[in-house]
Amino acid sequence: MPGSAVTEEVELIGAGKGGGGDSSRDEGGSGGGGDDWEGSSGSARVPQRAYVTGMVIALSGILMFFMALVSAYIVRKDMPNSAWVQLNVPRILWLNTLILIASSFTLARSRSRFLANDDAGFRHWWGVTTILGIFFLIGQIIAWCQLAAAGLFLATNPASSFFYVFTAAHGLHLLGGVLALLLVAFRPTHKLTRSTATEIVSMYWHFMDGLWVFLFLLFLLGR
Amino acid sequence: MSSHAHTGHAVVIEPSGFIRKYIFSVDHKVIGIQYFLLALTAVCVGIVLSLLMRFHLVYPGAHLPFVSGGILTPEQYLALVTMHGTIMVFFVLTTAPQGGFGNYFLPIQIGAPDMAFPRLNMLSFWVTFLAFVAILAAFVVPGGAPISGWTGYTPLSGMGEVTGPGEGWGQTLWIISISLFCLASLLGALNFIATTIDLRAPGMTLFRMPLTVWGWFVTAILGLLAFGVLLAGGILLLLDRSAGTSFFLPAGLVVNDQLQPHSGGSPLLWQHLFWFFGHPEVYIAILPGMGVASHVLSTFARKPVFGYRAMAMAICAIGFLGFMVWGHHMFLSGMSPYSGFTFSVLTMSIGVPSAIKTFNWIGTLWGGKIQFKSPMLFALGFVSLFVSGGLSGLFLAQPAVDNMLHATYYVVAHFHLVMGVAAIFGIFAATYFWFPKMFSRMMSEPLAKLHFWFTFVGAYCIFMPMHFVGIAGGIRRYADSTGTTYAAVLQPLHMFMTYAAFITGAAQLIFLFNFFWSLKHGAIAGKNPWNATTLEWITDSPPPIDNFGGHYPSVYRGPYEFSVPGYQQDFIPQNLTPEQAAQLKLK
Repeated sequence: MPGSAVTEEVELIGAGKGGGGDSSRDEGGSGGGGDDWEGSSGSARVPQRAYVTGMVIALSGILMFFMALVSAYIVRKDMPNSAWVQLNVPRILWLNTLILIASSFTLARSRSRFLANDDAGFRHWWGVTTILGIFFLIGQIIAWCQLAAAGLFLATNPASSFFYVFTAAHGLHLLGGVLALLLVAFRPTHKLTRSTATEIVSMYWHFMDGLWVFLFLLFLLGR
Repeated sequence: MSSHAHTGHAVVIEPSGFIRKYIFSVDHKVIGIQYFLLALTAVCVGIVLSLLMRFHLVYPGAHLPFVSGGILTPEQYLALVTMHGTIMVFFVLTTAPQGGFGNYFLPIQIGAPDMAFPRLNMLSFWVTFLAFVAILAAFVVPGGAPISGWTGYTPLSGMGEVTGPGEGWGQTLWIISISLFCLASLLGALNFIATTIDLRAPGMTLFRMPLTVWGWFVTAILGLLAFGVLLAGGILLLLDRSAGTSFFLPAGLVVNDQLQPHSGGSPLLWQHLFWFFGHPEVYIAILPGMGVASHVLSTFARKPVFGYRAMAMAICAIGFLGFMVWGHHMFLSGMSPYSGFTFSVLTMSIGVPSAIKTFNWIGTLWGGKIQFKSPMLFALGFVSLFVSGGLSGLFLAQPAVDNMLHATYYVVAHFHLVMGVAAIFGIFAATYFWFPKMFSRMMSEPLAKLHFWFTFVGAYCIFMPMHFVGIAGGIRRYADSTGTTYAAVLQPLHMFMTYAAFITGAAQLIFLFNFFWSLKHGAIAGKNPWNATTLEWITDSPPPIDNFGGHYPSVYRGPYEFSVPGYQQDFIPQNLTPEQAAQLKLK
């Protein structure tokens, strides 16, 4: 740590001196070129890498939230007299899972098209990802309807309680992801470059995909 | 100095309308003051609640005009306990040092124009505000405030009105308030961490950051990892109450001769989720105070912080260990002796970084040219309270001793000294230290000293006897112990503590008067009234909208270069270039 801190220091001071009077405070972050410092609402000069850092931090917090629920699941399931009735997950969940995994691949494709400066390809695959995300959410709602039709509700037994809690919490997060996909597609971003925007939305999406696969395996195997 | 300052080409325009400027502001300085005022309101409410409790403990039969029925019922007493704890821990000890001073000074001290995500910052304040409104609303809903303590233990907190008057709407509002607070704190933590990582000025390496920044940074990491867990617990608890699930509620509970419909849940699960958050929360309250104490001690001893790197690392170590000791709140829960032993050893190991900090504080003072200004007095008070409150923690860390003391006033005395009053002293030190920067005027020094001595002596008068009450078996949370023979003999001590509490509470009016009087009538402060070294002191008081008026500083040295031999002045600001510093050398 001290070593890297010293290197950074030398670079920063060098950049500061070399830049002279009108150098911006951009140190060439990971967000790629074209950092714009324009800020209309009292907040100039946020380097693009801060958004990437912010996303990593946000995902750590979200991970802790879900891991708290997962540990509650494990503890609750193994309580003596837990009244636990194992849930047979609706079969549509297999399809939903495949859709979500596929959406990660289309998103990766979209981002690589973006990095290759192929705007049409980027938009195409970005749109496909969004549609797959919406399909996943619809699939989850269908799964809920099937459970409800079978008489399994939130309070029916602990397994169904956890199933609804997990799918609702994950679904809300994924809904946020879909909205972010739409925002990036339809709205020009001010402080965020499009490169950074696609990068952090991709990070979020892949994380939610991986999290879903983990939760699905928990329902299947954690019995 | 300006030859090496950087002028960004983006111009920050101050919003002109009142609402954009002072209410829905995205300026971290305004948001910091908003947090501070929220905490000031909350602490007034919290103090009044505690005084009511102290009064009731010595005059349990007294008629109170504002209580329906005239005499405080045991349930109403428990509601006071609950609301006092909740308001103080969340809306004062978490809000003032981190949301208030952290928001205001972290960006300035690292040379940044604002937080990384200003609009998120505004959102996080307003969600905190909503949470505060929700908790206050619990006083006025049917049934009144909840009675399950600030820890909201299940099954009491999970079953609704059947378990007590405040357990209906009051408890629901409590959970909503805490969940909102969790959300707000997560957003705040995100902002603090990203800002510290990515917005530091050129040359501001991690080990050139002031220890205050280290305190806020590590606190934010703790908040990020802890609040999500409480949020998860809060959601499950809310479902248990309102949707009929059984996450925390076991089968066969009979309340008021009614068999409850739940089955198979685990009340202990709530305790684990709560304390996994709850113990880091203790450090969320105290770590910013540690940073402020180090900062202020160094400034007014005119000496560098002794062992700066060790101090920064000790903050990290305390934060890290803080996540592995939550079980010491649950020794009475019937946990396995092996778990108890593990939690006990880990708990005592926090004594090591704590001792590093304490000895380094003393090392900082040793041989210094100490100036007993009001921030210094409160920082010294912080060290004193942290030591005397922390030492009793070593006893409580033993499961065998804790079994004896856990339900007594000994624990109340311990956590009030070490996390309550010590953290409050950190807030006071920060207030007296930074008031000139925030409001461009000095606070009255004689009034500040009067406030210090009343508060310092008063705090010890309240909480020292409380240890003896605890050792003698005085049970906490009992509304009235005058009816028992063994506890009635402790009444004279209770009487003394109550008088001390009322005098100390009244002394806080000196602070309030000083604060608001000095806003208008204090002496003009200037840029750097304390001859301090860090970046907030090179800019105007109060700082302009972008903090440095377009001239962003570069940093060339550590944060605590006081009394460096061979220089004309006894402090060297962080942004002084080597050439500029050379001109200050004695010829």
